[in-house]
Amino acid sequence: MRKQALRAERETRWKRLKRDKWLYILLLPGLLYFLIFKYVPMWGILLAFKNYQPFIGFWKSEWVGFEHFKVFFQNPDFFMLLRNTLVLSLYNLIFFFPAPIILALLLNEIRRALFKRTIQTLIYVPHFISMVIVASLTYVFLTTEGGMVNEFLYAFTGRKIDFLASPDWFRPLIIIQTIWKECGWGTIIFLAALAGVDVEQYEAAIVDGASRWRQLWHITLPSIRSTIVILLILRMGTILDNGFEQIYLMMNALNREVAEVFDTYVYALGITQGAFSYSTAVGLFKSVIGVILVLGSNWLAKKSGESGLY
Amino acid sequence: MGKQYRSTSEKIFDAFNYVFLALFGLLAILPFIFVISGSFATDAEITKRAVFLIPKTFSLDAYKFIFSTDTIMRSIGVSIYVTVIGTIVNLFFTVTMAYPMARRNLMGRNMILNLVIFTMLFGGGMIPTYLVIRELHLLDSLNSLILPGAISAFNLIIVKNFFQELPPGLEEAAKIDGCNELSLLWKIVLPLSKPVLATFTLFYAVGHWNNFFSALLYINDPSKWPLQVMLRQIVMLSQSAGDLSSMDPTFVQPPEQSIKMAVIVVGTIPILCVYPFLQKHFAKGVLLGSIKG
Repeated sequence: MRKQALRAERETRWKRLKRDKWLYILLLPGLLYFLIFKYVPMWGILLAFKNYQPFIGFWKSEWVGFEHFKVFFQNPDFFMLLRNTLVLSLYNLIFFFPAPIILALLLNEIRRALFKRTIQTLIYVPHFISMVIVASLTYVFLTTEGGMVNEFLYAFTGRKIDFLASPDWFRPLIIIQTIWKECGWGTIIFLAALAGVDVEQYEAAIVDGASRWRQLWHITLPSIRSTIVILLILRMGTILDNGFEQIYLMMNALNREVAEVFDTYVYALGITQGAFSYSTAVGLFKSVIGVILVLGSNWLAKKSGESGLY
Repeated sequence: MGKQYRSTSEKIFDAFNYVFLALFGLLAILPFIFVISGSFATDAEITKRAVFLIPKTFSLDAYKFIFSTDTIMRSIGVSIYVTVIGTIVNLFFTVTMAYPMARRNLMGRNMILNLVIFTMLFGGGMIPTYLVIRELHLLDSLNSLILPGAISAFNLIIVKNFFQELPPGLEEAAKIDGCNELSLLWKIVLPLSKPVLATFTLFYAVGHWNNFFSALLYINDPSKWPLQVMLRQIVMLSQSAGDLSSMDPTFVQPPEQSIKMAVIVVGTIPILCVYPFLQKHFAKGVLLGSIKG
């Protein structure tokens, strides 16, 4: 009996495979892409446990276990990277994360559709600009050699500030760039959540004599809470990702001590100096902590009664 | 239904809100306006009057210089090539994969979906990916700017979700009429998906035009640099455009500040051109992504 059922199933499988053969052929290019460019590099992670010598090749290079990790954790650079990465992420969380929420709430209070649409059109623009352009604009405006901001400062105070080469200004500049570039775009999802709030609730609240602040506190914020939580989880997962391009572009010899983060360090050691195994180990350390953070914060969100990501 | 009663504090809040948002909107585009006007000015004017909207002496020198320089023109060519070919590759790979994945009764569908989602959580990282590109002999080839990003997992899932929402009767009706899978996709599904395809064409195109990271990693040969890398050389590393150009040494050194600004403008213009087309679609396109599937 069982054997027969199994054979019947195998047969239908074969039939389904045959029936859908065009679909599977269509799948091929995409699958090949994911295998070659996503899954083969995952095997490459093994380099972190080897002493990779380009001339000997991947297979023949000797295994060294956790040697690279040990060296990395004992390196004073480790604490510099950890500190810079965490401080930048913390600043982002405090100053950038709430910005789109506040902006969306303010936009939501606007009754004139034309005004609202115009502002939205304007604030989305910077999202589409490349990071190189954003950094270039920063350079052109802040340079001490004829930059607009410094000319202004000079006219009023008689002094110039070298924003671009000063470690004190690095973090504020990064955060301001991020807010300028992504804050408007970040409102899309919150505006959609706000548009979904039931109008009747507001009407009922007005009948009860609730002021606009009370409406905000008791109706608006609770109804977008789950959206906020989900985006916060996603944020947690990328806490060790500080946006390679932005930091790479803004970093120079003078602000390196506050600027260097895991990604720029991996680039500098791996690509420019050829320390493949060591830098793979650093990158792996970063990814693993990242995955733990996503799974952990998702678990926490579910525990506290939110729906979580999955 | 007379006017709704509004207290003084609410009126003050409203006034503040309008002013604040107007300022924020202005701030988003003001840098471009300054840079565009600066690109038409002379260096003397830029250093003398740091802030202006309309230059006193309107000059096209910066643009004349850019368009007469081999190096900058070549990098514009590279960027255009990568953007056009890259976007076609993106669309081909994304659509051909999303379409079968949208079929609920496809065997192995969940496994493939999980395979894709896993890559969004975890990846090999910069160095292993670099070594794969090197092993494939793609270093210093423009294909290294196209193939490694052929599919964005996030976009793939959104397109898949969109295909899934199309009426299921469509497939049967088309098959009765003698369509096979390929003609079904080509003649029926794709025409119905125009808004989504438009959104992703533009998203992918913007991504290629703005790409800096891949070129930094994979392209060492300056003659194959896309515009974004060239931009950094000129604006941030202050490599004078004279060094970069293969022009004769008798050439008069052109105005430096306004050239930087003009290069910034050239790097941004295509985005500003596609933006009006994009804007109609992207809010919807982005929100489709938040539907779980």
